[in-house]
Amino acid sequence: MESFVTRFKNVLVLVAILLAQTIGLAVQVRRPVDPGAPDGTSVTLLRYWAVSAVTPFERFFHGFGYNLRHGWSNYVDLRHARQQNRDLQEEIARLRLEQAALSEDAIQGHRLQALLDFQQHYVAATVAAQVIGTSGSDLSRILYIDKGSKDGLKPDQAVITPDGIIGKLRDVFPHTAQVLLINDQSSGAGVVLSSTRLRAILRGSTTGQILINNLTPDSRIKPGEQVLTSGGDQVYPRGLPVGTIESIKTDPDHQPYTLIQLQPAANLNQLEEVLIITGTQPTLPLPAQHDLAVGAATAEAQAAAAKQLADQQAAEAAAKSAAQIVADRLPSLHDPDHPDTNQPTPGTPGAPVPGGVVPKPVPTIRPDRYTSGSTPPAADLKPGAAERNNPTTIAPPPTTTNQPPPTDQPATTKPRKPQPQTDAAQPPNPQP
Amino acid sequence: MATRSYTSRRELEQHSFSPAVAILVPLGAILLQALLPKPFPKLSILDLPLIVTVFFAVSRRNPIAGTLTGAAIGLLQDSLSNPFIGVNGMAKSVIGYIAASIGIQIDVENLTTRIFINFGFFILNSFLIFLINHRLLGNANFHIQWLHELLRAAINTAVALPIFFLLDNTKRRE
Repeated sequence: MESFVTRFKNVLVLVAILLAQTIGLAVQVRRPVDPGAPDGTSVTLLRYWAVSAVTPFERFFHGFGYNLRHGWSNYVDLRHARQQNRDLQEEIARLRLEQAALSEDAIQGHRLQALLDFQQHYVAATVAAQVIGTSGSDLSRILYIDKGSKDGLKPDQAVITPDGIIGKLRDVFPHTAQVLLINDQSSGAGVVLSSTRLRAILRGSTTGQILINNLTPDSRIKPGEQVLTSGGDQVYPRGLPVGTIESIKTDPDHQPYTLIQLQPAANLNQLEEVLIITGTQPTLPLPAQHDLAVGAATAEAQAAAAKQLADQQAAEAAAKSAAQIVADRLPSLHDPDHPDTNQPTPGTPGAPVPGGVVPKPVPTIRPDRYTSGSTPPAADLKPGAAERNNPTTIAPPPTTTNQPPPTDQPATTKPRKPQPQTDAAQPPNPQP
Repeated sequence: MATRSYTSRRELEQHSFSPAVAILVPLGAILLQALLPKPFPKLSILDLPLIVTVFFAVSRRNPIAGTLTGAAIGLLQDSLSNPFIGVNGMAKSVIGYIAASIGIQIDVENLTTRIFINFGFFILNSFLIFLINHRLLGNANFHIQWLHELLRAAINTAVALPIFFLLDNTKRRE
């Protein structure tokens, strides 16, 4: 027996070590899932020792590099700071206008949600943290941040950036925490496609891709569609950007489902600072409410200004129209010999008649010297001429009826002036 | 010019390392492995702990020491990653044992030999990781792209050669 052990001691040591690790793996695999504690006590302790041994060095090197980088960029390399400041001011102004445009819809949406008693989870509190290290393996996509349970972090809290979600907290230690990225093979999240509103489950993969593999083929799903969190996993609040659909193909392993690959909204490979959502609430946070109120006030001010401008333009148009009517009714304002060529000639097809149609006086049956249009123009009169020379007064009564009857068409081809003698001599319409 | 030559099995087994080197070099490899992918994400393809495991195993030429070194480095690597502790530990235990056994049989100081053993051990490591995840843990979604693993093995072999030459200076002859 002793010789057997001596002879095969190398192999026996190997088998013993492999056996011990296999048992350890079995214990970890068979452990019931506890959302608040991803690992058992002994495993957590082992991880804690390892993290405690490595994290101080990571903090040191991260701090050294951070200070070096930011010392240069914050105090030396400020060449474009003023231009950036101007650009940011312009962007703020643009975003305020966008906010004003969307605030009414948001207020209406909140009112409808309140009416329907929808349960919402708005981000109420976040903790900013810096990434100080990684797991070092491309088969395990884990980051280490410089905040831990002392800062109020707990397992399964969502980690985001302004661009989109990053992952969730896995193990939380007193001064550091593990972030499980959404492209890790053990990650998952409930998502919804923004335009089709299809709900799906997102998974990571060993190759670092983000996949959806529980949807059947649907012609409405197109590349480029945005994917948002659905809130159904109780980790990520609803409506946070996840990414966009990059490709759609048939899943060879799970027919007839499709394999939808996403392009993450946040750059998961170059993360410096992240936000951990430490609290949600059913109503909008106070700053958001304030922003919404500001947006609504801006929208109202914009609407009032637009209405005032419209009223002013309408008043100007009305005043202009009245002036045109008056000008049209005042013959002296127009020179018939030199008509305004810029203005459309009244009476031409399609040309508007300023002031509407001025009715022509009905021809009288027996015209006399007082009849409208019977007086010749002053230019034709001679001082001291006999009244008998006035043909109007001696015009005979109409004797024939074969002349075309006058119509009600106004004399719009010429500016109105006292009618000439020949018109007055025409026979009037026979009375019925 | 003095040349280093080994004429007996006893001479081959005489390499050892100071405790500081034996502890700090694996820790440094794990630390670098955790730090480098943050500024340079592409460097996550490296596996510095495996390079160190192979180096110590073939240098000590003691299968038990190689197994224990591989297990310790693998478990430490597992404890910093996800999800189960023991996957890398088992793979590196096996590699440490085989590397030490090979070190007894052949001359691992030769450059060509080093290229072959490094490339072979990286492929073996990928295969063991796949086997443990797919068969032992029953993770059917665990896939490995073998072309990527070949590329990884080639890159790590290229990185391992200068590291081996660097660590040769830390050997202590008894």
